[in-house]
Amino acid sequence: MRSVFLAVLHRELLLGWRRRSDLFTLAFFFVMVVSLFPLALGPDAAQLRAMAPGVLWVAALLSVTLSLGRLFANDHADGTLEQLMLSPEPLSWLVLAKILAHWLHAGLPLVLLTPLLALQFGLPGDAIGVLVLSLLIGTPVLSLLGAVAAALALGTRGGGVLVAVLVLPLYVPVLIFGAGAVGAHGSGLGAGPHLKMLAGVLALSSVLAPWASAAALRVVAE
Amino acid sequence: MKFHALLRYATPAHAYTLAGRLLPWLFALGLLLTAAGLYVGFGLAPTDHQQGESYRIIYLHVPAAWLSMVIYLAMALWAVLGWVLNTRLSSMMARALAPTGALFTFLALWTGALWGKPTWGTWWVWDARLTSELILLFLYIGFLALQDAFEDPRQGDRAAAVLALVGVVNVPIIYLSVQWWSTLHQGASISVSSGSSIAAPMLLGLLLCALGLWLHAGAITLLRLRSIIIEREQARQARWLERLRPQRPKGPQGPQEART
Amino acid sequence: MNWSSWTDFVHMGGHAPYVWGAVGVSLLALFWEWAHVYWRQRAALQALGDEA
Repeated sequence: MRSVFLAVLHRELLLGWRRRSDLFTLAFFFVMVVSLFPLALGPDAAQLRAMAPGVLWVAALLSVTLSLGRLFANDHADGTLEQLMLSPEPLSWLVLAKILAHWLHAGLPLVLLTPLLALQFGLPGDAIGVLVLSLLIGTPVLSLLGAVAAALALGTRGGGVLVAVLVLPLYVPVLIFGAGAVGAHGSGLGAGPHLKMLAGVLALSSVLAPWASAAALRVVAE
Repeated sequence: MKFHALLRYATPAHAYTLAGRLLPWLFALGLLLTAAGLYVGFGLAPTDHQQGESYRIIYLHVPAAWLSMVIYLAMALWAVLGWVLNTRLSSMMARALAPTGALFTFLALWTGALWGKPTWGTWWVWDARLTSELILLFLYIGFLALQDAFEDPRQGDRAAAVLALVGVVNVPIIYLSVQWWSTLHQGASISVSSGSSIAAPMLLGLLLCALGLWLHAGAITLLRLRSIIIEREQARQARWLERLRPQRPKGPQGPQEART
Repeated sequence: MNWSSWTDFVHMGGHAPYVWGAVGVSLLALFWEWAHVYWRQRAALQALGDEA
């Protein structure tokens, strides 16, 4: 079972590497969205510092949401998805491999870019640390929950907007715990509880989301 | 023996007839109870010491909020039943419930805003209850959007069932997270039941309105169910629909009027 | 009865626009829903008849 998981993961990473421009486009989008907020709200340093965690989290959320369309659509179009679904291995396991690859392409780069952008907002070093940690724990959850929405929207005319409509309510707890962690750290309450809740959500969704995505794929793509 | 007789109603054809017979009663009773509740709440119940007369909005706001949540659970239940048991009628019931649930969620938010302005000076507050209710509206909209996005209605039923299930699991988490967030950021404290124990006429008015609106929601849902049954069964060209067709007058055209 | 006069009742302690606004929105919404579903049922039966 592990070899199939690794085979799917390897394929996803290889395909992602061949389409590396997608990675840069996504990173660019993230940076652009983050830059829009100071442009809209003014360069006041204190205000920027206060809104930095929220801005970075919302931008990460939007970037991941945008990238969800590609999670299953290409495989669905060229028949690979059908082959995966015919496999004797549990589909949820294969979906988990795809989700991991998605996070490596769409989540991890954002985590790595965050320190630079956070410096632009004047966020102090320790807060940046908490922010990066919250995104590190939180972005996999975004990929996991996003996979369910991407699978559901697969057979529809709705496209990317439908995926966003489906997934954004589900992202709310992640956003609250993630961005809230930095705020709690800043106000002296400590980021521990928020980060632990986020880790709990990650644990729960890493079990439930692949199953739900697989169920959705069976409904939609058969 | 009796169970077999009841199982008849699991078919769209019989459910159509049963719904038709039930709904006038539900509507009439719902109307009566709501009117009674409003009479008690608006006419008999005393004024609230802190909020004045504006508190009376709760007789509409609280039942609407309760219904918005109950209907979501019922909708998810029927949807999942339709998916797991592969019964068409269960999914049709979920489809019938969704718009009513969404409407009550919208009403809860709207009446909440009208209550908030005179009481706390603002139309909207990002407290746990309001924010969770707003997200519930988004969940309803997602459910409705997904259903209609499929060519094949049965696929739409099943996909929406998966979404509803994910939503149901998420609703407690959403509420928990928003409540946590709200208590950390909250300035003014907001409470639906105003702290002190609720007076008897107020409670009576609230319960009557809740029950009345619940029956009313049931009536509307059954009427919508009837439409959905006709639409879906027509797509399947089900034969039992023949007896529903409006009778054509038998004139001189007679049997020569051939049907293709 | 909580009220001493009709004027007091309508006045609602100064909160009339809010209270009656809420009642109005609710009635409007419920009425609209009924009308919509009724129209849908009519259309469904019509479509059945047209098919004949």
